[in-house]
Amino acid sequence: MGLLSKKDAKLITDPLADNNPITIQVLGICSALAITAELKASLVMGIAVLFVLGIGNVVISLMRNIIPSKIRIIVQLIVVASLVIIVDQVLKAFAYELSKTLSVFVGLIITNCIIMGRFEAFALGNGPWKAFLDGIGNAFGYAVILLIVGFFRELLGSGTLFGIPVLGDPIEKTGLYSTGYENNGFMLMPPMALIIVGLIIWVQRSRNTTLIED
Amino acid sequence: MIEHIELFFKSIFIDNMVFAVFLGMCSYLAVSKKVATAVGLGAAVIFVLAITVPLNWLLDQYLLQPGALVWLGPEFAEYDLSFLSFIMFIATIATMVQLVEIVVEKFSPSLYNSLGIFLPLIAVNCAILGGSLFMQSREIETLGLAVNYGISSGIGWFLAILAIAAIREKIRYSNVPAPLRGLGITFIVTGLMGIGFLSFGGMLTGGDEEVKEEPKEVVAEITEIEAEVDNQIKIVN
Repeated sequence: MGLLSKKDAKLITDPLADNNPITIQVLGICSALAITAELKASLVMGIAVLFVLGIGNVVISLMRNIIPSKIRIIVQLIVVASLVIIVDQVLKAFAYELSKTLSVFVGLIITNCIIMGRFEAFALGNGPWKAFLDGIGNAFGYAVILLIVGFFRELLGSGTLFGIPVLGDPIEKTGLYSTGYENNGFMLMPPMALIIVGLIIWVQRSRNTTLIED
Repeated sequence: MIEHIELFFKSIFIDNMVFAVFLGMCSYLAVSKKVATAVGLGAAVIFVLAITVPLNWLLDQYLLQPGALVWLGPEFAEYDLSFLSFIMFIATIATMVQLVEIVVEKFSPSLYNSLGIFLPLIAVNCAILGGSLFMQSREIETLGLAVNYGISSGIGWFLAILAIAAIREKIRYSNVPAPLRGLGITFIVTGLMGIGFLSFGGMLTGGDEEVKEEPKEVVAEITEIEAEVDNQIKIVN
């Protein structure tokens, strides 16, 4: 890529697999599990975190030399809370149904450990452009896991993807349902999200054995 | 009285902070390696929730809700400051956690040392903000119920982290496949515990469902439609 140097490109690609915020850094788990019953909600949450983390990283990075160390957590919280209020109001205005599905989890982006974690680990010590890349890289890593979990939960739990039936009609018994296949309603329940993430971690660590803990 | 008992058991078992809505997972996963630290963090979470949920309830009731500012004067009844909820709640939480940290450091230095960084991290624990946000979205009615909700959701979280810490201590002697060791098996075990907690879902059903008016309306509609159909048939004939 001509636009980004190799090191900069790494800031985006690392969090997608080797340094994934959810499965490796163990951050941002809460919202990853709770709203992934529908693929649409996962996508919107991913975009929301992208917005908050990207802009938040840049703002904190620009202010990094003037924030006194003792109150830096409070300053970070204010920056994140303001950005999340914007996201919340935009969602309520343009996608009211979705904002009802996401309910309190949009507000909980404030306490999403990925955001505070990246502020502390990266934005406070690096320039705005690098901070921006790190922010969107981690947001992509987060969104990837959300989309994978959402994909399996929605497909196996309701037979739809983004609300579009893909396996046939469960009531008319067309498509796959004519063979006697039934939707696994259990997939829509919260515990299955935990088990799916556990399986993702299993696959990821089998492929990259350096990540195994003892 | 009965609604207090109902809310208490509902918040601990049915709407459990960890198993039903996944709040506080990061510290749940990070601190659950030993039962002793898990107990300390769980107690701190109960304490912080018990203080911040009622405080935020007061803020919501008298400042943030649509029409809440009426006590200042009738011309303020139109004001709706609920969009400021996030900032106000997180500000209260950050302040209270700072206070708790000072108190713990003074009265129990050993607990303070064993909790380390996780005590200030309670401020960004989604369980605390989540408790306040759920209090707001479920429209908890009185201050007493708010205190009840704070304590019981804290106890629910405490139960969860206690259970997983005990299991993780034992599981170190089990033959877990290498890629699953540590984080992976914790996720799967937590999922299984969540499935177990689903069994509490039947605990509080029945008794106070309203009698529905619908049957009468449906019957009236059907007679209307039948009359229409008869009319049409007469016209056609």
